[in-house]
Amino acid sequence: MIAHLPILQVIIPLLAAPICLLLNRSKLVWLFTLLVSALAFSISILLLQQVMSSGVISYELGGWQAPWGIEYRIDNLNAFLLLIISGISTVVLVAAQTSIEKEIPKDKHVYFYVLYLLSLTGMMGIVATGDAFNVFVFLEISSLSAYALIAMGNKRQALWASYQYLIMGTIGATFILIGIGLMYQMTGTLNMEDLSQRLPEVAQTRTVFVSFVFVIVGVCLKLAMFPLHLWLPNAYAYAPSIVTAFFAATATKVAVYLLIRFTFSVFGLSFSFTTIPLQTLFMALGLIGIFVASTTAIYQSNVKHLFAYSSIAQIGYMIVGFSLSTVAGLTATLLHMFNHALMKGAIFLALAAVVYRVGNVELKSFRGLGRQMPLTMAAIVIGGLSLIGVPLTVGFVSKWYLLTALVEQGWWPIAVLILLGSMLAVVYVWRVIEVAYFKEPLDPNIKVKEAPMSFLIPIWTLVIANIYFGIDTRLSVQVAEAAAQSLFGVSP
Amino acid sequence: MLIGLFNDWIVVVLMMIGLYIVIAHGNLIKKLIGLTIFQTSVFIFYISMAKIDGGTAPILADGITQYSNPLPHVLILTAIVVGIATTALGLSLVVRIKESYNSIEEEEIQQQDNDEQLSMNKAEETA
Repeated sequence: MIAHLPILQVIIPLLAAPICLLLNRSKLVWLFTLLVSALAFSISILLLQQVMSSGVISYELGGWQAPWGIEYRIDNLNAFLLLIISGISTVVLVAAQTSIEKEIPKDKHVYFYVLYLLSLTGMMGIVATGDAFNVFVFLEISSLSAYALIAMGNKRQALWASYQYLIMGTIGATFILIGIGLMYQMTGTLNMEDLSQRLPEVAQTRTVFVSFVFVIVGVCLKLAMFPLHLWLPNAYAYAPSIVTAFFAATATKVAVYLLIRFTFSVFGLSFSFTTIPLQTLFMALGLIGIFVASTTAIYQSNVKHLFAYSSIAQIGYMIVGFSLSTVAGLTATLLHMFNHALMKGAIFLALAAVVYRVGNVELKSFRGLGRQMPLTMAAIVIGGLSLIGVPLTVGFVSKWYLLTALVEQGWWPIAVLILLGSMLAVVYVWRVIEVAYFKEPLDPNIKVKEAPMSFLIPIWTLVIANIYFGIDTRLSVQVAEAAAQSLFGVSP
Repeated sequence: MLIGLFNDWIVVVLMMIGLYIVIAHGNLIKKLIGLTIFQTSVFIFYISMAKIDGGTAPILADGITQYSNPLPHVLILTAIVVGIATTALGLSLVVRIKESYNSIEEEEIQQQDNDEQLSMNKAEETA
């Protein structure tokens, strides 16, 4: 059993998805999905322990030897991400049944859980696999289920947002497919480990250069880096609230993982950063993304749109950390993946609770909510403080590591710009807090109750994790540093 | 060079036609068709890559020593299925969009969304 953990991590949610159709009862399917997700979480904990103690796990599917067979390769980086994805998935599922009762028609509940499990499978598969084409297959599985989940939103804008995401997402995935094809043409292999050994000899050909560019552009579209971020705000705002909570915390992290995996492990550090001026390009685009997205967030009247733009800004921070191409910079990016998942998971779950009680998340509906839903709003406050980077929260830890990584390399002006970006975060978080705590409700006769326990438990689990991991950073920093160091050790 | 790399020229032309259709047309069905053409060009690219001079279809048979590379064929079968699923999902979205917006033109849909947003803002100001 232990030997098969890498494949079980992916197969269990995959097989569980059609079983949901057999169970066919809303609450029963919810419990089943929650159990499956918890099982996936425990497998990822076991995998992380195994990798931290004994090194890289290599698993051959069907007993076929790599590089001819498909290989699942779990190292520090993978295991860290598997933990984040399955953890967030389990926590979000606790609130899922209550949330979709008001947002999705009863006869569609079972299909919601089927799509959710398929989406979880897709993301786990992208992260766990060590074969380039397998990445494409699982990328499409997770994308297609994402398009369908987003289209389940109750307003008609959800359909349009899903269609736009479908068009842009398919173009991005097809670019990645083209890149993989060009790589295969030059080396004859699809296994990532084998590719990293064979690509250096053909690295100076135009084919490999074009392959690299296609893969990078495709992945950047999936990770919503400026200027390829246009699909994200509408997709996150109009999806069912629990879907937003799940995707905001996981989907873009998986794309950042792909970026890191392709540049460090497949193409190699020296190739990636010298063929095109990746450092300058990504640092510039990351910074522009931070400022443009944070500024746009300030002017939003829909709070989900506001935090969706905030997500784009946070991706910008991860890109800046990545562009440094040092161990410290990569550690900062990996840390931020973990921390941002906690922050945005908490905030969007709290927004889901507000939608459940109030019906919408327009800024004007937040008036007086600080008094009527104190625990939910407190969660948003702490999440907001984390976004800004206040000490004692996880947001501070990632910002600190990013700033030290920048200063270490001498990029003082960039460090100042990062701090300015945090000031913008203060503005948009303050907009929400001011309305919730300092304005009177529009109609004093409507009494809004606090969110039910099924929301409060996962929200406060994530909020307490926010604060705990902001104070005791051993787990996240150790794993992130180990992952960053092993990536630098492996690349030629 | 034109004749020898004929397949690659077709791939490039189809890829560009597909992308152009997605960007230039506002009709939702036409966008999906453009996307399909774009994906098909990638399939042709992989299959052309698999052909070996003098190789036959990759099915074991007596007396044949030279086979075409079967791996890209398998990859493309997967990619075709993915393409079908994407097109099916896209088309069902278009059906639902038609029911909700009564139009499948991008400009009209965005116009309806903008008008809705404007009237919501107006209602807010007068209230």
